[in-house]
Amino acid sequence: MQTSTELGYNSKIEGDVIVTRIDAALGWFRKNSLWPMPMGLACCAIELMAAGASRFDIARFGSEVMRFSPRQSDVMIVAGTVTYKMAMAVKRIYDQMPEPKWVIAMGACASTGGMYRSYAVLQGVDRIIPVDVYVAGCPPRPEALLDALIKLQGKVANEPVLRLPKEAAK
Amino acid sequence: MSALELAQQLKAKFADLISDPVEFRGEVSLKVLDAERMPEVCVYAKAELGFDYLVDLSSVDNYGDDPRFTMVYELYGYGHRCHLRLKTDVSEEKSELPTVSTIWRTANWHEREIYDMMGVRFRGHPDLRRILMWEGYPYFPLRKDFPLAGKSSELPEVAFTKPAPLEGGPFVTIAGGKDRIAREPRVRIPETDALDTNARLERRKDIQEAHGHSHGPGPVEKAK
Repeated sequence: MQTSTELGYNSKIEGDVIVTRIDAALGWFRKNSLWPMPMGLACCAIELMAAGASRFDIARFGSEVMRFSPRQSDVMIVAGTVTYKMAMAVKRIYDQMPEPKWVIAMGACASTGGMYRSYAVLQGVDRIIPVDVYVAGCPPRPEALLDALIKLQGKVANEPVLRLPKEAAK
Repeated sequence: MSALELAQQLKAKFADLISDPVEFRGEVSLKVLDAERMPEVCVYAKAELGFDYLVDLSSVDNYGDDPRFTMVYELYGYGHRCHLRLKTDVSEEKSELPTVSTIWRTANWHEREIYDMMGVRFRGHPDLRRILMWEGYPYFPLRKDFPLAGKSSELPEVAFTKPAPLEGGPFVTIAGGKDRIAREPRVRIPETDALDTNARLERRKDIQEAHGHSHGPGPVEKAK
């Protein structure tokens, strides 16, 4: 009789070997260790900091280190108003991130320009970089950002990894 | 030592250069009639009268009036704790006046902002370049003839900028109106700002005609 909790995988029966597909394994590794590059530009950055602090811990989801170096990060969280002057720097930093990379546009300003429909504000960061998840809010609650991270994890887990070389060979 | 007394001292020193002090609600302002001699006045104000803090240096665009720009200097003294305001006019053809950044170092960035937003140059400024917009931006945004949405320009190496989609804005709540969508429509057409109709449903065709595109049905239509 089993007194301990039954896990989905029982090492006594199946042995210490798991058979899976590389896509699934790499997807699982990637989604559980998405290191963000916090492009904190304005007020949303404060909520990003709150999401990184202890109450709404973003490290639970694997975003343990907020790498300010783009070369060592996976996901860029654009948090705040992107002015045209800053857009040049955002684009350059996005280009410096190694593949695979994703982008979360946090807040109204990063998604669409927000309340700033003016001459100085880029109307949405998706005009210069491809965005995977948009978070609405001004600023969005830290829980909303964590929800976006979970959605992004779902996207990352399903990304085909090995299909790319086959397409290149065609 | 009140601000009015200090202003009168300043007027006594530069008799013809400065207008009479004007007091309004406790604030004293003086008009300097020749912008070229502004640094002289400022040096005297700082050294002799003790106005050692330039609180603000801003500009006003009197679009349609000549001279077009007015510079406003807010001075304050920590010793006597009095404020003083100095104004001077600059015409559009000249668009230039001497810098006061040698007198108060904070004027450095204020003057850069005035140059960026209005296009007024400061002679003798150590580093006069744009501070808020990017280098090479062709317009001066805070002039009254510049639209809020902006004009198209090139963003080097990154993108083009286009005027922002204002959709009939800027947006101010329309008084009255039966529901929130009528009071705060997403798209405004001033002629048909209807108060009694459902803004999204019945105006969709109007929006299509006015702006060339319309938004989708939205939640209210589904409730029907």
